[in-house]
Amino acid sequence: MSRKRTMIIGAAALAGTAVLSVSLSSCGKADMTKQTSPFAAAKGSKSVTLSVQTWVGAQSNVAVAKYLLEHKMGYHVDTVQVDEIPAWDALSQGRVDAILEDWGHPDQEKRYVKDKKTITAGGGNGVTGHIGWFVPKYWADKHPEVKNWKNLNKFAKQLRTSESGNKGQLMDGSPSYVTNDKALVKNLKLNYEVVFAGSEAAQITQIQQFAKQKKPFLTYWYEPQWLFNQVPMEEVKLPKYTDACAAKGAKDPKSIDCAYPTTPLQKFFNTEFAKKGGSAAAFLKNFKWTKDDQNEVSESIASSGLSADEAAKRWVDKHPDVWKKWLPKK
Amino acid sequence: MSFFSTPPLATRPLSDAVRPGPLRAVLQMRALSKLLLLVLAAAVLVPLLQAKYGAAWPSSLTVDVSGPLGKTSDWIIDNRDSHWLFVYFLGHLSNAVVISVRAVYLLLLALGWTGVTAGVTLLAWRVAGPRIAATALISFLVSGLLGMWVPTMQTFALMVVAVVVSVAVGALLGLAAGLSERLFRILRPVLDTMQVLPAFAYLLPVVLVFGIGVPAALLATVIYAAPPMARLTALGLRGADPGVLEAVSSLGATGRQRLLTARLPLARKELLLGVNQTIMMALGMVVIASMIGAAGLGDRVYQALASVDVGAALSAAIPIVLLAIVMDRTTAAAGERLGAGAAATGPKWLRGWQAWTGVAAVTAVLALVGRLSGSLIWPDAWAVDLARPVNDFKEWMVDHLYSGVPVVGGTADWAAHFTDWVLNPLRDGLTALPWYGTLLIVAALAWVIGTWRTALTAVLAMAAIGVLGVWKPSMNTLSQVIAALAVTLVLGFGVGILAAGSKRFEAILRPVLDVMQTMPQFVYLIPVVALFAVGRAPAAAAAVVYALPAVIRITTQGLRQVDPSAMESARSLGATRWQILRQVQLPLARPSLLLAVNQGVVMVLAVVIIGGLVGGGALGYDVVTGLATGDLGLGLVAGVAIVCLGLMLDRVTQPTERRTTGKGA
Repeated sequence: MSRKRTMIIGAAALAGTAVLSVSLSSCGKADMTKQTSPFAAAKGSKSVTLSVQTWVGAQSNVAVAKYLLEHKMGYHVDTVQVDEIPAWDALSQGRVDAILEDWGHPDQEKRYVKDKKTITAGGGNGVTGHIGWFVPKYWADKHPEVKNWKNLNKFAKQLRTSESGNKGQLMDGSPSYVTNDKALVKNLKLNYEVVFAGSEAAQITQIQQFAKQKKPFLTYWYEPQWLFNQVPMEEVKLPKYTDACAAKGAKDPKSIDCAYPTTPLQKFFNTEFAKKGGSAAAFLKNFKWTKDDQNEVSESIASSGLSADEAAKRWVDKHPDVWKKWLPKK
Repeated sequence: MSFFSTPPLATRPLSDAVRPGPLRAVLQMRALSKLLLLVLAAAVLVPLLQAKYGAAWPSSLTVDVSGPLGKTSDWIIDNRDSHWLFVYFLGHLSNAVVISVRAVYLLLLALGWTGVTAGVTLLAWRVAGPRIAATALISFLVSGLLGMWVPTMQTFALMVVAVVVSVAVGALLGLAAGLSERLFRILRPVLDTMQVLPAFAYLLPVVLVFGIGVPAALLATVIYAAPPMARLTALGLRGADPGVLEAVSSLGATGRQRLLTARLPLARKELLLGVNQTIMMALGMVVIASMIGAAGLGDRVYQALASVDVGAALSAAIPIVLLAIVMDRTTAAAGERLGAGAAATGPKWLRGWQAWTGVAAVTAVLALVGRLSGSLIWPDAWAVDLARPVNDFKEWMVDHLYSGVPVVGGTADWAAHFTDWVLNPLRDGLTALPWYGTLLIVAALAWVIGTWRTALTAVLAMAAIGVLGVWKPSMNTLSQVIAALAVTLVLGFGVGILAAGSKRFEAILRPVLDVMQTMPQFVYLIPVVALFAVGRAPAAAAAVVYALPAVIRITTQGLRQVDPSAMESARSLGATRWQILRQVQLPLARPSLLLAVNQGVVMVLAVVIIGGLVGGGALGYDVVTGLATGDLGLGLVAGVAIVCLGLMLDRVTQPTERRTTGKGA
């Protein structure tokens, strides 16, 4: 039974290590706000952890920041893919150091930036985001009146799918995205059913599929987005966005009956990192580019099939005038 | 062969396999009388309930838990950095996890790719023989070739720690349950719940407490992977031969001695099977855990999906499949050797401590060689790009199959028909059915098949769904589960019968099933959407792909195990192949077929949430939304509803179980 004994010894040794590490770390307080990944900085280098959200634009920000931090500044960069709201949580705990593209989360901002002060606002990243309802250009060209919400009910029949039953289908994406569509459909008395694709990947795949067949569709979508280059889409006009409407919506989300606002996208940093992050923090604070820059990188990632790193390199080689300004002065 | 051929719950006793004729008649009589009783009860209750509450689940009978759950989540976030519970306990737990995973990871990096590959290959050779060693060698080289070396090592490090912790926790629970009848009774429903509870549902609470990252991922993995170890440990201890135990105690052994010298060694086969199952479950969590920042291979799959890149997702998924196959084959072979009790084969230098030092020495030398040649991490130049051809193939498939295929129609048309003709009527029917009607049907099914206890559990589970206020989405989910299950069973039984008839077909099928079973479901999300359009149809397709292998395997195994003499005698009486199958093989394999149904239910239900990511809606979508928006109320309630559905379906499809008789975990 020597094999068995060895196995037991092996297991005991591992268990012993675990116990040892528990007891080593258990003298005194454990700080839940200082928890980094076990895989971070394995080569003993200076390291930064960035959060990547699930849409490609956010991947582009991170890809370029990562490329520059690694190749021009000697950092090691780890990336973590997290949904938007858990990412705020991770940021406040120091699991990630920065979010480079936030689409507006007033509740989180109040809790973490104003009250707990564990997160610091990092300014805009230069890109302005806009959410809306979109239809494909090939369809809108044939029926220009579809570009106003008042006429949408006339087209409901054309947009029927087996999922939406006898109503028209309004396709929504990931549950983590900011959406009022259910309330909008109800308050604007539209004969539509909101069908949630469940993830951005599923939504993009479906849009590409519709476009291949030149079928009409109506979807929740946003700018900046690389898919517009592949599938040109036009926005459907919704009732004008006003501050009064937004205030009403903040009180009762079910009462919203106007379009989505236009949001300058924001960066946020872990407070500790913002203070002590040295040149990496300074660099990320300076990080600011345009919608076109971002789309250029996004499309190489999502459409031309480059890896994020290759896409970032291609952009960095082409636009030194943009990123040279981000490097902190020594 | 362990996981791939034995379903996770295959430890259930199939005792009353063949019932003699008269007994069956009595049972049917009993079923009739049960039904009569229920009809009577219904005749009295239904008018009353209809008059008082109406057909929809009464709002007066629901409890809104979102308020308290929201408060709990706020409390956790506000106190996470200061309360003693976190600062002195959970924080240390989290640190310990980080330290242990990091230690293993640094060790793996220090060994370099040469050292790790050599070490694992030699280890596999030592415990499982040359064939499996070759599999291990090829698997690790392929992981490197695909450019996935570093993520593979991260996942490997996480797996090692997760499996050690799961096995330790599971063994402790199993030991308690195996030695004490009372603890066994208390633990069984807990373990049941842990296994049906969808992993997504507890990702959120775990993240709230530990935050995004490895500690949360590891904890979620342990919750998911420990139950089989606990079950099998308890089963092994309780199943020990009483004769041997008596002999040991007559020799004057104390309780502890008896445990260490007789009961544990006798249970070693179950223990190793438990380790094997735990490893497979842990690997199943790799991708799901990446949703809360576990890094490694799962994260690569997840990130690739965000940019709709099936090829890249597959490149990261293949190492997961290979890791699973290597770990499964190695532990299974080790288990079989132990179980057989045979002495190790081969020359003497391959046995005992010499072999272990040999393994260590060769590993060290190769690690050193790798280090000296300057490539600790797999050299980039040797990487192969798999993503592009895979994506091209997917595009081709979608272009040619999506619609307009002559005669049969495209996949999108099938999906639309499936939704219109199967899913919609089922959903509308279930939603329109008055709630007490549903409860009565459930009660009738569960009671006829089982005992009044199973019926009570099933009905209470359904009632809990109503009380939680998610009756409608639950009926929607139920309709999807039933539809997907029907497809799975038709296909599974069909293929299973074919495989049982032909050895060659089974041999071809086996690797396909292995891959289907271990391939992370996330990888085929995009292809199913591309083929079947967003909605409930692709969700059903994903569920079928996931559940099919288990159903096929159990069916094949069941049919194969039918007594050959019974078939021989039927053949000598001049029965045709079809007659033998229908009148001899299928009836005799009934317990296995029922187990296949049960496994189908469990696995289809497990994919319900994944279905939420491709437009499945209902409970799955709610769980995903809960996780994505940090809404504990929404996510947890939907998760609990899925558990209740699982419990109900389990009771309704598990006729052979006699829960009152002795052992069986």
